[in-house]
Amino acid sequence: MPEGVLEIDAVSKRYGEVVALRDMSFDVRGGELFGFVGSNGAGKTTTMRIALGVLAADSGEVRWNGRTVDLDTRRRIGYMPEERGLYPRMKVLDQLVYLAELHGMGTNEAHTSAENWIARLGLRDRRSDEVQRLSLGNQQRVQLAAALVHEPDVLVLDEPFSGLDPVAVDVMSQVLREKASAGVPVVFSSHQLDLVERLCDRVGIVSEGSMVASGTVDELRSGGVPRLVVESPTTGWADTLDGVRVIEKEETRCVLELADGVDDQAVLHAALAAGPVHEFSRQRPSLTELFRNVVTTEGRSA
Amino acid sequence: MTPARAVSLVAKREFVTKVRTRSFLIGTAVIIAVLAGYVVLQSVLFDDRQRSVIGLSGQATQLADPLRDKAMSFGIEVETRDVTPAGDAEQQVRDGELDALVTGAPPELKMIVRGSGDEVLTTVLNDVLRQQVLVAQLAEAGITPQQVAQNLANVKVAVTALEPVDPQHGQRLAIGLVVAALLYYSLLVYGTMVAQGVVEEKSSRVVEILLATVRPWQLLLGKVIGLGAVGLLQLLVISTIGLGLSSAFDVVDAGSLGGAALLTGILWYLLGFFLYATVFAAAASLVSRQEELQSVLTPISMTIIVAFVAGINLMIGSPTGATVTVLSLLPPFAPILMPGRMALGVAPAWQVLLAVVLALAAIAAITWLGGKVYANAVLRTGARVKLREALRL
Repeated sequence: MPEGVLEIDAVSKRYGEVVALRDMSFDVRGGELFGFVGSNGAGKTTTMRIALGVLAADSGEVRWNGRTVDLDTRRRIGYMPEERGLYPRMKVLDQLVYLAELHGMGTNEAHTSAENWIARLGLRDRRSDEVQRLSLGNQQRVQLAAALVHEPDVLVLDEPFSGLDPVAVDVMSQVLREKASAGVPVVFSSHQLDLVERLCDRVGIVSEGSMVASGTVDELRSGGVPRLVVESPTTGWADTLDGVRVIEKEETRCVLELADGVDDQAVLHAALAAGPVHEFSRQRPSLTELFRNVVTTEGRSA
Repeated sequence: MTPARAVSLVAKREFVTKVRTRSFLIGTAVIIAVLAGYVVLQSVLFDDRQRSVIGLSGQATQLADPLRDKAMSFGIEVETRDVTPAGDAEQQVRDGELDALVTGAPPELKMIVRGSGDEVLTTVLNDVLRQQVLVAQLAEAGITPQQVAQNLANVKVAVTALEPVDPQHGQRLAIGLVVAALLYYSLLVYGTMVAQGVVEEKSSRVVEILLATVRPWQLLLGKVIGLGAVGLLQLLVISTIGLGLSSAFDVVDAGSLGGAALLTGILWYLLGFFLYATVFAAAASLVSRQEELQSVLTPISMTIIVAFVAGINLMIGSPTGATVTVLSLLPPFAPILMPGRMALGVAPAWQVLLAVVLALAAIAAITWLGGKVYANAVLRTGARVKLREALRL
């Protein structure tokens, strides 16, 4: 069973004056789905291309199981580039067999594996069609099959969900989960944050070429400024509390943000002292809010 | 996976994909058809050119044999027909079925032709007529005509040629032109094919997946070998069929001349293709879309076209001239001109050897340089990559 760690260690890259990556570091362990999020131009694609050796880093290193990734280990990576790429005039089956062989499989093994993935991804009746004759959704499936056909030990997928219909999203999610549970480290980037939140074991948020936050979704959500949701018919009770900021207020419901070291129990007591409390809960930000938060703060600091 | 396996996988894909395309099959068929047409035309022209049909009537019919023999010695072929009585034979001359009608008995022979009549034919007839009269008068004088004929036959001018005349010159020239034309076609078409393949991989972005598992030079070499093999296959098919047709129609002596031309053709195809394919590939790697391809390929195509057009003219005009000799030694032109000159039989061995050595040296240099440009430029999509940037990296 493939089991190991893919490490991106302090990778930097500049294009002339533009800094694309600045000390980008993270690791993905075997059996883990790692979601890679960040706004356009944050450096996700550059990181992935460097991991695949398609681009050379100025400094830093990519390691697989502690060893620097070279062409032989790279062959064991399944890659789906951001810009989809297949031979438009080559038949689906031929294409997959060819790519499997190029990744080191024998001819028979390559055929078996290609047929297998064609069947799994529901492409059986299109297997003798040229790729350019397929719908975009089906081309995406072939692209996924191309990343998987050589049974890779690592998966690096750039925006695998973009352009997929809901059914294909489910198929893709299932396949990625399955690969992860087989011990393969899976990294993928996506702008669909709800999907990332649902699917990933760990998430890394990238901004301006660096990893600004990473951890499990729970860790990320429980970090940051604590917020409380309080439902109470009385109003104005919170305005005077020290270290408490009212950030949302509608009729009987308000959202409070607590400064560091403010005890939420003290807030509850204050609320009860003012009147009845129907709801008192901790609000955890969604990944989208976290993301927005990170990106805008970074944007301001730059 | 060994580099050799990677290269052979790429080459196999290129070969199989290309050979299966309709354009390859149709293209090959069209060239064979053109070549066959050329051969048939040649043989028909060859047949028709010096063949006259002469109608003989009455006593003139006894001239048939001497007329044919005499005509042969003038290098023309004459077919004689007995058209006694001569009544409607005149009409046949008018219709062009007969080139001439000869009537009457020697010494008062009459020849009827449609227009001005063939001068050579008239000379032949005059000769035949004079001989007949001479024989008759000799016989009258009691001298044996056979004795005189024998004595006459022994009288000849002694000819000393300062330059040896090649009886096969015409054939050699034809073969030389065909070889040059085929090489010109193959280099241009298969070089362009390499360029299109490079851009296809670049514009479809599949190159990014490929380069995550093979090195740029392996991809490039595989492509060049694969497509080069397709070109070689086509060249072999075309020339084998061409040679077969030529010998079937007696246009060319297929055995010695044709076979030698085929071998030199293949040698120079390989040299030329490896020289040009890398240049085509490197140029193509600078652009990202098929539409932009033409602009970067033009200088390369022009070189090949100039080599062909100028070379053909020089080869026909003065195959041993200084210009064509120098050009045929230079690597960019040698693959088209040298095999042409070799087929003409005017290239000394040392020149051939020098041209091959120069071509090999050029291939080594171009492969190194072109491979570098290709490796640097092939992943850079978007705007056209400047050659200087691709070289600097």
